[in-house]
Amino acid sequence: MRHHLILRVVTKLLVGSIILFALYVQFHGDFSPGGGFQAGVIMAVAFILYGIVFGLEKVQAVFPAWLVHKLMALGVLIYAGTGVVSMLLGYDFLDYGAFTPEHPSHGQHWGIFAVEFGVGVTVTGVMVAIYYAFAMRRPAISDEEW
Amino acid sequence: MVEMFIDLTLFVMLVATAIAITRMHRLFGVTMMAGVFSLLSALLLVTLDAVDVAFTEAAVGAGISTVLMLSTLTLTSRIEKPSTRSPLIPLVVAFVTGAAIIYGTLDMPNFGDANAPAQVAVAAQYLERSPDEIGIPNVVTVILASYRGFDTLGETAVVFTAGVGVLMLISGLRRRRRRNDDQDEREEAS
Repeated sequence: MRHHLILRVVTKLLVGSIILFALYVQFHGDFSPGGGFQAGVIMAVAFILYGIVFGLEKVQAVFPAWLVHKLMALGVLIYAGTGVVSMLLGYDFLDYGAFTPEHPSHGQHWGIFAVEFGVGVTVTGVMVAIYYAFAMRRPAISDEEW
Repeated sequence: MVEMFIDLTLFVMLVATAIAITRMHRLFGVTMMAGVFSLLSALLLVTLDAVDVAFTEAAVGAGISTVLMLSTLTLTSRIEKPSTRSPLIPLVVAFVTGAAIIYGTLDMPNFGDANAPAQVAVAAQYLERSPDEIGIPNVVTVILASYRGFDTLGETAVVFTAGVGVLMLISGLRRRRRRNDDQDEREEAS
Protein backbone atom coordinates (compact mmCIF):
# COMPACT_ATOMS: atom_id res chain seq x y z
CA MET A 1 0.00 0.00 0.00
CA ARG A 2 2.08 2.92 -1.29
CA HIS A 3 -0.15 5.94 -1.43
CA HIS A 4 -0.50 9.30 0.29
CA LEU A 5 3.21 10.07 0.04
CA ILE A 6 2.85 13.57 1.55
CA LEU A 7 0.73 12.30 4.44
CA ARG A 8 3.25 9.57 5.20
CA VAL A 9 6.25 11.90 5.19
CA VAL A 10 4.48 14.59 7.24
CA THR A 11 3.26 11.97 9.73
CA LYS A 12 6.78 10.63 10.21
CA LEU A 13 7.98 14.15 10.94
CA LEU A 14 5.09 15.01 13.23
CA VAL A 15 4.76 11.92 15.40
CA GLY A 16 8.02 12.60 17.24
CA SER A 17 7.14 16.22 17.97
CA ILE A 18 3.63 15.28 19.07
CA ILE A 19 5.02 12.80 21.60
CA LEU A 20 7.56 15.38 22.78
CA PHE A 21 4.80 17.97 23.15
CA ALA A 22 2.71 15.47 25.11
CA LEU A 23 5.60 14.90 27.51
CA TYR A 24 6.04 18.68 27.83
CA VAL A 25 2.34 19.17 28.62
CA GLN A 26 2.49 16.27 31.07
CA PHE A 27 5.53 17.31 33.07
CA HIS A 28 5.31 21.09 32.63
CA GLY A 29 1.64 21.23 33.65
CA ASP A 30 2.63 22.82 36.98
CA PHE A 31 3.77 25.95 35.18
CA SER A 32 1.86 26.14 31.90
CA PRO A 33 -1.63 25.15 30.76
CA GLY A 34 -2.20 21.46 30.61
CA GLY A 35 -1.81 18.41 32.75
CA GLY A 36 -2.32 14.68 32.68
CA PHE A 37 -5.61 14.70 30.82
CA GLN A 38 -4.49 16.88 27.92
CA ALA A 39 -1.10 15.17 27.76
CA GLY A 40 -2.75 11.76 27.63
CA VAL A 41 -4.96 12.84 24.76
CA ILE A 42 -2.03 14.30 22.82
CA MET A 43 0.05 11.17 23.41
CA ALA A 44 -2.85 9.05 22.17
CA VAL A 45 -3.21 11.28 19.11
CA ALA A 46 0.39 10.49 18.12
CA PHE A 47 -0.37 6.76 18.00
CA ILE A 48 -3.78 7.24 16.41
CA LEU A 49 -2.30 9.41 13.65
CA TYR A 50 0.37 6.79 13.01
CA GLY A 51 -2.30 4.10 12.92
CA ILE A 52 -4.52 6.00 10.51
CA VAL A 53 -1.73 6.69 8.02
CA PHE A 54 0.35 3.51 8.25
CA GLY A 55 -2.30 0.98 9.23
CA LEU A 56 -3.32 -0.77 12.40
CA GLU A 57 -0.70 -3.55 12.21
CA LYS A 58 2.20 -1.10 12.14
CA VAL A 59 1.03 0.85 15.18
CA GLN A 60 0.12 -2.30 17.10
CA ALA A 61 3.64 -3.59 16.50
CA VAL A 62 4.86 -0.55 18.47
CA PHE A 63 2.02 -0.28 20.96
CA PRO A 64 0.28 -3.67 21.22
CA ALA A 65 -3.34 -3.87 22.37
CA TRP A 66 -2.54 -5.90 25.49
CA LEU A 67 -0.14 -3.16 26.66
CA VAL A 68 -2.78 -0.48 26.04
CA HIS A 69 -5.29 -2.42 28.12
CA LYS A 70 -2.79 -2.77 30.97
CA LEU A 71 -1.99 0.97 30.85
CA MET A 72 -5.68 1.86 31.26
CA ALA A 73 -5.72 0.20 34.67
CA LEU A 74 -2.15 1.13 35.58
CA GLY A 75 -2.90 4.87 35.55
CA VAL A 76 -5.80 4.54 38.00
CA LEU A 77 -3.59 2.33 40.18
CA ILE A 78 -0.81 4.96 40.17
CA TYR A 79 -3.32 7.62 41.19
CA ALA A 80 -5.03 5.59 43.91
CA GLY A 81 -1.68 4.14 44.96
CA THR A 82 -0.39 7.65 45.66
CA GLY A 83 -3.28 8.07 48.06
CA VAL A 84 -2.64 4.67 49.67
CA VAL A 85 1.06 5.53 50.16
CA SER A 86 0.12 8.79 51.86
CA MET A 87 -2.24 6.82 54.12
CA LEU A 88 0.51 4.31 54.96
CA LEU A 89 2.72 7.24 55.94
CA GLY A 90 0.09 8.21 58.51
CA TYR A 91 -1.63 11.07 56.64
CA ASP A 92 -5.03 11.37 54.97
CA PHE A 93 -5.80 9.73 51.63
CA LEU A 94 -4.20 11.87 48.86
CA ASP A 95 -2.61 14.28 51.38
CA TYR A 96 0.65 14.85 49.52
CA GLY A 97 2.28 16.58 52.47
CA ALA A 98 3.05 13.03 53.63
CA PHE A 99 5.92 12.60 51.18
CA THR A 100 8.17 15.27 52.71
CA PRO A 101 6.78 15.99 56.19
CA GLU A 102 9.48 18.57 56.97
CA HIS A 103 8.49 20.65 53.91
CA PRO A 104 4.79 19.99 53.03
CA SER A 105 4.61 22.14 49.90
CA HIS A 106 7.49 20.17 48.39
CA GLY A 107 5.54 16.97 48.99
CA GLN A 108 2.61 18.58 47.18
CA HIS A 109 4.81 18.91 44.09
CA TRP A 110 5.67 15.20 44.19
CA GLY A 111 2.07 14.20 44.81
CA ILE A 112 0.71 16.33 41.98
CA PHE A 113 3.44 14.96 39.70
CA ALA A 114 2.45 11.37 40.56
CA VAL A 115 -1.30 11.74 40.19
CA GLU A 116 -0.99 13.74 36.96
CA PHE A 117 1.19 10.96 35.61
CA GLY A 118 -1.49 8.46 36.58
CA VAL A 119 -4.16 10.50 34.81
CA GLY A 120 -1.97 10.76 31.70
CA VAL A 121 -1.33 7.01 31.57
CA THR A 122 -5.01 6.13 31.93
CA VAL A 123 -6.17 8.69 29.37
CA THR A 124 -3.55 7.57 26.83
CA GLY A 125 -4.57 3.95 27.35
CA VAL A 126 -8.30 4.58 27.12
CA MET A 127 -8.10 6.80 24.03
CA VAL A 128 -5.86 4.39 22.14
CA ALA A 129 -7.93 1.41 23.32
CA ILE A 130 -11.14 3.02 22.05
CA TYR A 131 -9.47 3.77 18.72
CA TYR A 132 -8.21 0.17 18.46
CA ALA A 133 -11.65 -1.14 19.37
CA PHE A 134 -13.24 0.81 16.52
CA ALA A 135 -10.46 0.21 14.00
CA MET A 136 -10.25 -3.55 14.62
CA ARG A 137 -13.90 -4.01 13.76
CA ARG A 138 -13.37 -3.79 10.02
CA PRO A 139 -10.40 -3.70 7.63
CA ALA A 140 -9.33 -0.25 6.42
CA ILE A 141 -11.67 1.13 3.79
CA SER A 142 -10.43 2.26 0.42
CA ASP A 143 -10.18 5.94 -0.49
CA GLU A 144 -12.89 5.74 -3.14
CA GLU A 145 -15.53 4.84 -0.56
CA TRP A 146 -15.47 8.34 0.91
CA MET B 1 -14.96 47.12 21.98
CA VAL B 2 -12.56 44.81 20.17
CA GLU B 3 -13.23 42.03 22.68
CA MET B 4 -16.97 42.44 22.17
CA PHE B 5 -16.45 42.19 18.40
CA ILE B 6 -14.40 39.02 18.78
CA ASP B 7 -16.96 37.45 21.13
CA LEU B 8 -19.81 38.31 18.78
CA THR B 9 -17.96 36.98 15.74
CA LEU B 10 -17.18 33.70 17.50
CA PHE B 11 -20.76 33.26 18.72
CA VAL B 12 -22.19 34.00 15.26
CA MET B 13 -19.79 31.48 13.70
CA LEU B 14 -20.76 28.95 16.40
CA VAL B 15 -24.45 29.32 15.63
CA ALA B 16 -23.78 29.24 11.87
CA THR B 17 -21.83 25.98 12.31
CA ALA B 18 -24.64 24.46 14.36
CA ILE B 19 -27.20 25.41 11.69
CA ALA B 20 -24.95 24.04 8.95
CA ILE B 21 -24.69 20.73 10.84
CA THR B 22 -28.46 20.39 10.99
CA ARG B 23 -28.77 21.09 7.24
CA MET B 24 -26.16 18.56 6.08
CA HIS B 25 -26.83 14.94 5.16
CA ARG B 26 -23.33 13.69 4.34
CA LEU B 27 -22.11 12.49 7.72
CA PHE B 28 -18.45 12.99 6.81
CA GLY B 29 -19.12 16.71 6.45
CA VAL B 30 -21.16 16.73 9.66
CA THR B 31 -18.21 15.20 11.53
CA MET B 32 -15.85 17.84 10.17
CA MET B 33 -18.28 20.61 11.12
CA ALA B 34 -18.52 19.16 14.62
CA GLY B 35 -14.74 19.53 14.82
CA VAL B 36 -15.06 23.15 13.69
CA PHE B 37 -17.69 23.68 16.39
CA SER B 38 -15.28 22.36 19.02
CA LEU B 39 -12.46 24.60 17.80
CA LEU B 40 -14.74 27.65 17.95
CA SER B 41 -15.76 26.70 21.50
CA ALA B 42 -12.07 26.40 22.36
CA LEU B 43 -11.48 29.91 21.01
CA LEU B 44 -14.37 31.23 23.14
CA LEU B 45 -12.80 29.62 26.19
CA VAL B 46 -9.50 31.31 25.34
CA THR B 47 -11.24 34.69 25.30
CA LEU B 48 -12.42 33.83 28.85
CA ASP B 49 -8.77 33.13 29.83
CA ALA B 50 -9.69 29.51 30.55
CA VAL B 51 -6.73 28.16 28.60
CA ASP B 52 -6.66 24.78 30.34
CA VAL B 53 -10.27 24.10 29.39
CA ALA B 54 -9.69 25.44 25.87
CA PHE B 55 -6.73 23.10 25.53
CA THR B 56 -8.87 20.13 26.54
CA GLU B 57 -11.69 21.17 24.23
CA ALA B 58 -9.34 21.49 21.26
CA ALA B 59 -7.59 18.17 21.97
CA VAL B 60 -10.65 16.09 22.87
CA GLY B 61 -13.49 17.82 21.02
CA ALA B 62 -11.74 18.67 17.78
CA GLY B 63 -9.11 15.91 17.80
CA ILE B 64 -10.14 12.63 19.41
CA SER B 65 -13.90 12.99 18.96
CA THR B 66 -13.50 13.64 15.25
CA VAL B 67 -11.33 10.55 14.84
CA LEU B 68 -13.78 8.42 16.82
CA MET B 69 -16.75 9.75 14.83
CA LEU B 70 -14.91 8.90 11.59
CA SER B 71 -14.13 5.43 12.94
CA THR B 72 -17.82 5.02 13.72
CA LEU B 73 -18.72 6.19 10.21
CA THR B 74 -16.61 3.39 8.72
CA LEU B 75 -18.80 0.93 10.66
CA THR B 76 -22.12 2.50 9.67
CA SER B 77 -23.63 4.42 6.80
CA ARG B 78 -22.10 7.62 5.46
CA ILE B 79 -25.33 9.32 4.39
CA GLU B 80 -28.08 10.33 6.77
CA LYS B 81 -31.30 8.41 6.19
CA PRO B 82 -34.12 10.75 5.08
CA SER B 83 -36.77 10.86 7.79
CA THR B 84 -40.33 10.05 6.74
CA ARG B 85 -41.98 11.47 9.83
CA SER B 86 -43.31 14.99 10.19
CA PRO B 87 -40.74 17.32 11.79
CA LEU B 88 -43.48 19.21 13.70
CA ILE B 89 -43.30 17.46 17.09
CA PRO B 90 -39.46 17.45 17.29
CA LEU B 91 -39.51 21.13 16.32
CA VAL B 92 -41.96 21.99 19.11
CA VAL B 93 -39.92 19.97 21.63
CA ALA B 94 -36.72 21.72 20.55
CA PHE B 95 -38.31 25.16 20.78
CA VAL B 96 -39.83 24.54 24.20
CA THR B 97 -36.54 23.13 25.54
CA GLY B 98 -34.59 26.00 24.01
CA ALA B 99 -36.99 28.57 25.48
CA ALA B 100 -36.66 26.93 28.91
CA ILE B 101 -32.86 27.02 28.68
CA ILE B 102 -32.85 30.68 27.60
CA TYR B 103 -35.26 31.50 30.44
CA GLY B 104 -32.86 29.74 32.80
CA THR B 105 -29.86 31.72 31.58
CA LEU B 106 -31.59 35.04 32.36
CA ASP B 107 -30.59 34.61 36.01
CA MET B 108 -27.00 33.78 35.17
CA PRO B 109 -24.20 36.35 35.49
CA ASN B 110 -23.07 38.15 32.36
CA PHE B 111 -20.51 36.63 29.98
CA GLY B 112 -17.10 36.92 31.66
CA ASP B 113 -18.48 38.74 34.72
CA ALA B 114 -15.78 39.18 37.35
CA ASN B 115 -18.39 39.27 40.14
CA ALA B 116 -20.00 35.95 39.17
CA PRO B 117 -20.54 33.63 42.15
CA ALA B 118 -17.96 31.22 40.76
CA GLN B 119 -15.31 33.94 40.92
CA VAL B 120 -15.99 35.37 44.37
CA ALA B 121 -16.71 32.32 46.56
CA VAL B 122 -14.13 29.55 46.72
CA ALA B 123 -11.94 30.57 43.77
CA ALA B 124 -10.59 33.58 45.68
CA GLN B 125 -9.58 31.26 48.53
CA TYR B 126 -7.70 28.99 46.13
CA LEU B 127 -5.86 31.91 44.56
CA GLU B 128 -4.97 33.33 47.97
CA ARG B 129 -3.82 30.15 49.67
CA SER B 130 -2.20 28.07 46.92
CA PRO B 131 1.11 30.02 46.73
CA ASP B 132 1.79 29.34 50.42
CA GLU B 133 0.34 25.87 50.71
CA ILE B 134 1.52 24.38 47.44
CA GLY B 135 3.57 26.90 45.50
CA ILE B 136 2.78 25.80 41.94
CA PRO B 137 2.10 28.67 39.52
CA ASN B 138 -0.69 26.94 37.56
CA VAL B 139 -3.60 27.16 40.00
CA VAL B 140 -5.79 25.01 37.75
CA THR B 141 -3.39 22.09 38.17
CA VAL B 142 -3.26 22.74 41.92
CA ILE B 143 -7.05 22.66 42.25
CA LEU B 144 -7.46 19.59 40.05
CA ALA B 145 -4.70 17.47 41.49
CA SER B 146 -4.49 18.59 45.09
CA TYR B 147 -7.46 20.52 46.52
CA ARG B 148 -9.88 18.39 44.52
CA GLY B 149 -7.78 15.27 44.26
CA PHE B 150 -10.75 13.04 45.13
CA ASP B 151 -12.78 14.49 42.24
CA THR B 152 -9.95 13.90 39.82
CA LEU B 153 -9.50 10.34 41.05
CA GLY B 154 -13.18 9.85 40.36
CA GLU B 155 -12.82 11.38 36.89
CA THR B 156 -9.91 9.10 36.10
CA ALA B 157 -12.01 6.15 37.22
CA VAL B 158 -14.82 7.38 34.94
CA VAL B 159 -12.43 7.56 31.97
CA PHE B 160 -11.21 4.05 32.82
CA THR B 161 -14.78 2.77 33.10
CA ALA B 162 -15.66 4.32 29.74
CA GLY B 163 -12.69 2.57 28.17
CA VAL B 164 -13.67 -0.77 29.71
CA GLY B 165 -17.25 -0.27 28.55
CA VAL B 166 -16.21 0.37 24.95
CA LEU B 167 -13.86 -2.61 25.03
CA MET B 168 -16.62 -4.91 26.30
CA LEU B 169 -19.12 -3.63 23.74
CA ILE B 170 -17.19 -3.40 20.50
CA SER B 171 -13.63 -4.65 20.80
CA GLY B 172 -12.73 -7.79 18.92
CA LEU B 173 -11.81 -9.62 22.12
CA ARG B 174 -14.97 -11.65 22.50
CA ARG B 175 -15.28 -12.25 18.78
CA ARG B 176 -11.77 -13.63 18.67
CA ARG B 177 -12.60 -16.10 21.43
CA ARG B 178 -15.70 -17.22 19.59
CA ARG B 179 -13.67 -17.75 16.45
CA ASN B 180 -11.30 -19.92 18.49
CA ASP B 181 -14.32 -21.86 19.75
CA ASP B 182 -15.42 -22.35 16.15
CA GLN B 183 -11.99 -23.63 15.33
CA ASP B 184 -12.12 -26.00 18.28
CA GLU B 185 -15.47 -27.30 17.12
CA ARG B 186 -14.17 -27.75 13.61
CA GLU B 187 -11.17 -29.61 14.92
CA GLU B 188 -13.41 -31.80 17.02
CA ALA B 189 -15.67 -32.47 14.02
CA SER B 190 -12.74 -33.41 11.82
